[in-house]
Amino acid sequence: MFCCLDDRLPPYMKDMPFSHPLVIASETLPLNQSLATVAYIVAAVLFIFSLAGLSHQTSAKRGNLLGIIGMVLAVGATVFGVMNGGYLWMAVAILPAILIGARLAARLSMDHLPQLVAMLHSFVGLAAVFVGISSHIEPGIAVPDGEMLIHKIEIYVGVFIGALTFTGSIVAFLKLAELVGGRAVTLPGRHVLNVVLMLTCVGLGIWYCRVEGGDALIPLLIMTAISSLIGVHLVMAIGGADMPVVVSMLNSYSGWAAAAAGFMLKNHLLIVTGALVGSSGAILSYIMCAAMNRSFFSVIMGGFGSGAGGPAAVVEGTTKEFSVDETVAMLEEAQSIVIVPGYGMAVAQAQHSLAEVVKTLLKRNKEVRFAIHPVAGRLPGHMNVLLAEANVPYDIVLEMDEINEDMSDTDAILVIGANDIVNPAALDDPNSPIAGMPVIEVWTAKTCVVMKRGMSTGYAGVGNPLFFKDNTYMLFGDAKENVDAILRGLQR
Amino acid sequence: MKVGITKEIDPGECRVAATPETARRMIQKLGFEVLVESGAGDAASFHDESYREAGCTLCDEAAEIWTEADIVLKVRRPQDREIEQLRAGQTLICFLAPGQNEALLQKIAARQATALAIEAVPRISRAQKLDALSSMANIAGYRAVVEAAGLFGRFFTGQITAAGKVPPAKVLVIGAGVAGLAAIGTARGLGAIVRAFDVRPEVADQVKSMGAEFLMLEFEGDEHGGTSGGYAKTMSKEFIDAEMALFTAQAKEVDIIITTALIPGKPAPKLITHEMVRSMRPGSVIVDLAAEQGGNCEATIPDEVTKVEGVHIVGYRDLTSRLAHTSSQLYGTNLYHLLDEMGGAERFSVDMTDDVIRSATVVKDGQVTWPPPPVSVSAAPKEKVVESVAPSAVVEKKIGTFDIALMVIAAVLLVGVALTRDQGFITDFTVFLLACLIGWQVIWNVTASLHAPLMSVTNAISGIIIVGGMVQIGATNPVAAWLGGLAIFVATLNIAGGFLITHRMLSLFRK
Repeated sequence: MFCCLDDRLPPYMKDMPFSHPLVIASETLPLNQSLATVAYIVAAVLFIFSLAGLSHQTSAKRGNLLGIIGMVLAVGATVFGVMNGGYLWMAVAILPAILIGARLAARLSMDHLPQLVAMLHSFVGLAAVFVGISSHIEPGIAVPDGEMLIHKIEIYVGVFIGALTFTGSIVAFLKLAELVGGRAVTLPGRHVLNVVLMLTCVGLGIWYCRVEGGDALIPLLIMTAISSLIGVHLVMAIGGADMPVVVSMLNSYSGWAAAAAGFMLKNHLLIVTGALVGSSGAILSYIMCAAMNRSFFSVIMGGFGSGAGGPAAVVEGTTKEFSVDETVAMLEEAQSIVIVPGYGMAVAQAQHSLAEVVKTLLKRNKEVRFAIHPVAGRLPGHMNVLLAEANVPYDIVLEMDEINEDMSDTDAILVIGANDIVNPAALDDPNSPIAGMPVIEVWTAKTCVVMKRGMSTGYAGVGNPLFFKDNTYMLFGDAKENVDAILRGLQR
Repeated sequence: MKVGITKEIDPGECRVAATPETARRMIQKLGFEVLVESGAGDAASFHDESYREAGCTLCDEAAEIWTEADIVLKVRRPQDREIEQLRAGQTLICFLAPGQNEALLQKIAARQATALAIEAVPRISRAQKLDALSSMANIAGYRAVVEAAGLFGRFFTGQITAAGKVPPAKVLVIGAGVAGLAAIGTARGLGAIVRAFDVRPEVADQVKSMGAEFLMLEFEGDEHGGTSGGYAKTMSKEFIDAEMALFTAQAKEVDIIITTALIPGKPAPKLITHEMVRSMRPGSVIVDLAAEQGGNCEATIPDEVTKVEGVHIVGYRDLTSRLAHTSSQLYGTNLYHLLDEMGGAERFSVDMTDDVIRSATVVKDGQVTWPPPPVSVSAAPKEKVVESVAPSAVVEKKIGTFDIALMVIAAVLLVGVALTRDQGFITDFTVFLLACLIGWQVIWNVTASLHAPLMSVTNAISGIIIVGGMVQIGATNPVAAWLGGLAIFVATLNIAGGFLITHRMLSLFRK
């Protein structure tokens, strides 16, 4: 081996000792492994294209298809090139899972989207835990003696992230499905608790690395339990309007869990894909935080409303109410209309009736558009999916930044089930807990009708001076019923 | 309740205090009876017939209106022969310039009447629809550009024609208040290159939003010229020197200067000197919107267009009157809102507890009530700016240390990776970092409306962990194999569910 390398070396290197780092001994792979590795590269590229395809509506479907092809290719390559036995059991595990997963996804209504996504994240976390522990018991790949320590650290980190993702996603699922209260549950001294738990995990990690064989399983399992606890605790402390951040954060974690599994199994495809997903989730979290003008840390550390200096201005005044008929009259008079939906629309499932209202108004040659705040709803892009489901064309659904400038030229605004995202206090009152958060400036329009159940505050618990503005009218009641009534009024 | 509209007796005043449309709304929505002097709207192209159609009663003589109406609406301040006709208990609403016309207020008070000065309406958001100063300033700004265009011998917009290239006009607007912004917008609309200057740096964004370049002053010091009322104040000598240097340089370059700099209650600052005028190219135009207060340009002669060394200088004080139709419409609407605010015909009162009405009322039943107490409701823009600046500075500083901390952590991590001296691990790490970077690049392009599908597709893709399960299922240890199988099971749930739900979501989106 060395002699043939020697021939290929430039003359000046011939005298160098062969431990020189530039000289990498390569060995010949069996053909199937070699093919599998190349297939992995193709799969990784397909995944990248898949995410890139999601940039625009026109290419999004192709993106999804590329993702599927990449996945099939990856699984196929693993079967032929990497696996060493257990084919039957694999089939036994895969086939029912496909059926169950597909059934789950096919039957789910779009209103339950956030919780489904959260639940799917938990599966990735769980799988990472299984793979990690399994790999600890018996590495599925050959690990050279010298790399044992690194391998152990990789397992440890992988299981840690996996367990955290798993329980965190479960809690997020429960919250989104409203099986537990959506409010943030904050224990006293929770930061200290987190730090203590983290340090314990580090300590257990040192123990884990020092002992051999079966004994090492004990610290690993204890750590898994503690990490699960951290996951529960972290997500319990975050609630309500911060849920989009939680969901995208868990999305990110599930990616890092996959990447960690890739490290422990020396599998580049896992590393690449995990890193892609991880950074994708991280960016989404960042975008969501920026939309609320809050730092990522303050969101994931949970709690809300701390740190604002001075008391917030007390909001008082009288509100004016509109009846359904008056709202209809306003819509009939208006030439340009903007609709601002919030989580309340999703809860009342008013999007279908709303789409009909929009259709009726568009037929009368009015300009009707939707303004979507980045954190409206409980999932990034939640409102867009709901409106798409109701057949609202996506070119009239605009982002806050695209439409805010046009607000002052708008005749009528319909705010449906949104509160904090249209709160002028965010701009006017430096002491408001939501100060500095970009909001949709609905109050600059001629008339603004706010459809709401009652006068309760939004998630942030902040009073909303919008309701007391001269050009704001309240339309109280269930969003769906009111939208239906408006539709009937318009069709009369 | 009768509202009277008289014909403006000031020669050259073409505006009228109510148009047929605003009169109709006063009648129908507020319940007033409206008397209009015959020919009141002629100069603004609103004819008697249209007033009659709107439901107004026409009177041949102004005297009739002064005796019958409870409220008289006017544009310009009343002249002596009008004041003589004021009755006790009558309310007069018009521009009065109360700060400069102490004697006038005394005369009105002597008639035991009530007077509201429309320009004294406070600049708070609730009173925006009554703010006649802003509506008039807007018109003046527009008209200033039109006047300039009329005198300027060239295109505003640049053109390349078969007969040669025409360069675009360069316009400098000084003072970016309502009038300045309107002038910027109009000049931009005609295609000119527009620059603007204002002593209040906080208006830079507004200037940019109108499409003009905001000229910054190279000046040591933190002075800035906003006051809580949204107007400029008098500046220090150093500041003015820097400002003059800027104007001197600009005068040589630009073709048209529109000045709108006013300091409330003081003569307008002299910003354009004779020397600067001389340095301008022949054919250039200066429009001085501050002519009313003595002018921003030393060469301005009020109410006249003069030509100094080939440079036209427009000193019209009646630019709004020169666009009488629109000015009357906007002014009339402002008055309509004021009457609405005062309770309409049925509950009409001069409510001195209402901040807006209190500020506008300068004479109440024979008592001079000017000047009003300061209005406290308004959020002072200057303070707000200071407050919002301070926290952002803190945030920036934070990010600085945070960045350094991040770099240190990254360095430690990288050294740690190097210390492993493990070929395989370092390769893995390289792959990992590069993939993170690719992800970072790719995801930023995703439109916000696709964030939900993006999340579910990345979720499906992270089901790639199935590969881990597949590697482990071949293990000889049954527990390890079982765990591998379970991993395959849950990962597959994820893959199938994730891709399918993404597909469903995407098929919903349509144009």
